Amino acid sequence: MAGDKGQRRMTQCKMMTEKLNVYYGKRHALKDVDIRIRSHAVTALIGPSGCGKSTFLKTLNRMNDLVGNVRIEGQVYLDGEDIYSTRMDVTRLRKRVGMVFQQPNPFPMTIYDNIAYGPRIHGIKGKEQLDGIVERSLRQAAIWEEVREGLYKSALGLSGGQKQRLCIARALAVEPEVLLMDEPTSALDPVSTLKVEELMTAFKQKYTIVIVTHNMQQAARISDDTVFFLEGELVESDTTARLFSHPADRRTRAYINGRFG
Amino acid sequence: MCLKGSESEYQRNRSSHARGVEKAAEILFGLCGMSAILAVGSITLYMIVNGIPAVLQVGWKEILFSTVWMPTAKEPSFGIFSVILTSIAGTFLAVLIGVPLAVLTAVFLSEVAPAHLASIVRPAVELLAGIPSVIYGVLGMMVLNPLMYRLEQWIFADSETHQFTGGANLLSAAIVLAVMILPTVITISEAAIRAVPPELMASSLALGASFVQTIFRVTLPAAKSGILTAVVLGIGRAMGEAMAISLVSGNSVNLPLPFMSVRFLTTAIVSEMGYAGGLHRQVLFTIGLVLFGFIMVINLVLHRILKGEGRP
Repeated sequence: MAGDKGQRRMTQCKMMTEKLNVYYGKRHALKDVDIRIRSHAVTALIGPSGCGKSTFLKTLNRMNDLVGNVRIEGQVYLDGEDIYSTRMDVTRLRKRVGMVFQQPNPFPMTIYDNIAYGPRIHGIKGKEQLDGIVERSLRQAAIWEEVREGLYKSALGLSGGQKQRLCIARALAVEPEVLLMDEPTSALDPVSTLKVEELMTAFKQKYTIVIVTHNMQQAARISDDTVFFLEGELVESDTTARLFSHPADRRTRAYINGRFG
Repeated sequence: MCLKGSESEYQRNRSSHARGVEKAAEILFGLCGMSAILAVGSITLYMIVNGIPAVLQVGWKEILFSTVWMPTAKEPSFGIFSVILTSIAGTFLAVLIGVPLAVLTAVFLSEVAPAHLASIVRPAVELLAGIPSVIYGVLGMMVLNPLMYRLEQWIFADSETHQFTGGANLLSAAIVLAVMILPTVITISEAAIRAVPPELMASSLALGASFVQTIFRVTLPAAKSGILTAVVLGIGRAMGEAMAISLVSGNSVNLPLPFMSVRFLTTAIVSEMGYAGGLHRQVLFTIGLVLFGFIMVINLVLHRILKGEGRP
């Protein structure tokens, strides 16, 4: 990766891809993508619709496996371990690399059961232990105060912003190391968006965050590193400060100045 | 409703002849709609009018709760308790056997099967619904009953009291019913499972749940009301079936034990209406009324489920 030596070498790299190529049938969705994702940082993936940023995100926890007709070449490493190797346990991988989706989509069960779902799947049964996890996760997602009185009510009764924070709490409950967020605020109102953005900044202490966003202001506000995709190619990847102030590629410059996309 | 203004304006501009046609068509549609209500209403009335006299004459306790059915004896007895229990037990067994099979098939069709395989299985399921029920009966008689008889001989080999049925028993009838409700339950369950947002399953998988865990803990619970609807419709179908089970159930009035020949509410009417007269005939109408009551309750339950569907 050119142009980003120095500071980025100093911090640890949590995930890394090498010559990553993704095909949907005949469509070449990602072309030779090499990325390093820094540990305990927020990495934003930007680019116009269909540029491959969501596809890239989904290769990081192998959610692309669920799409029929997909072919993936190249390597994706989590702490130096190739996640596409045959020895990789996908359920363990997804426990370590959590995901929050664009549409807030709580399960049709109580708030408590939504949060306890993941831990239960991974074998935690004790009531006290689950209670602890539920409270801790909801607190981390800054929704505890709003729902503590109604933990046993259906999660479907929450507002959109609350649902999304619940989904974040649900993802945190299995104690992931990396949190992938696919346009997590695009379905939310401005106040809820602000709340979620505040969370992401706070999460850096514990987690590595990768977020796909359409909103360049959002990328500039919350991320440490930014990666710009265009038509399946990685155009530029740098610290957010540098990419937005001194983009090296003229296509990046054109995109962040709002000339297309 | 918001069209009303423009509609009247529209009509004013038309010739009176065209308006006459419109009016006539409207009345015709109305009459067609009314005919359904009329049919249900008159059937209900007919069932009550014909079913009640026997109840008054014999006494409802005697009819509903006596197990002695001897309609043509010198001192006749008209207890249909065994018959009612048989209908309930047979339907219950059919649901017990059929529903798990159907729901898993629905999961297979909606989530597991590759498109080409699903496109073979789905028409097969639909065809199952189109087969006349008498065919099920004949097949059950020729294939299922002999198998059941062998099982019966093996189980009751040392029994001195068991009356051999030749395989025509409650279990045979329940199995035939189970197969008959499959298409209903599969089709409606599949639609319900397909309606579960894919993101919901993706969220579960993204938490590290396996496919099977996701199906049983997220997908099926999310499709619960649809599957329940399917089950209730299946119950209605099983309850009302007569032809097929009259051929495989042995057709004698007994308490519903798996290896006993039994008679259902439906088959009781089928097998005796041809020759019954007088009070006997009236009691058969009462049986019809009881069956009618069951179906009404089932539909009421269904109505409740469908109404509650929109709520979280």
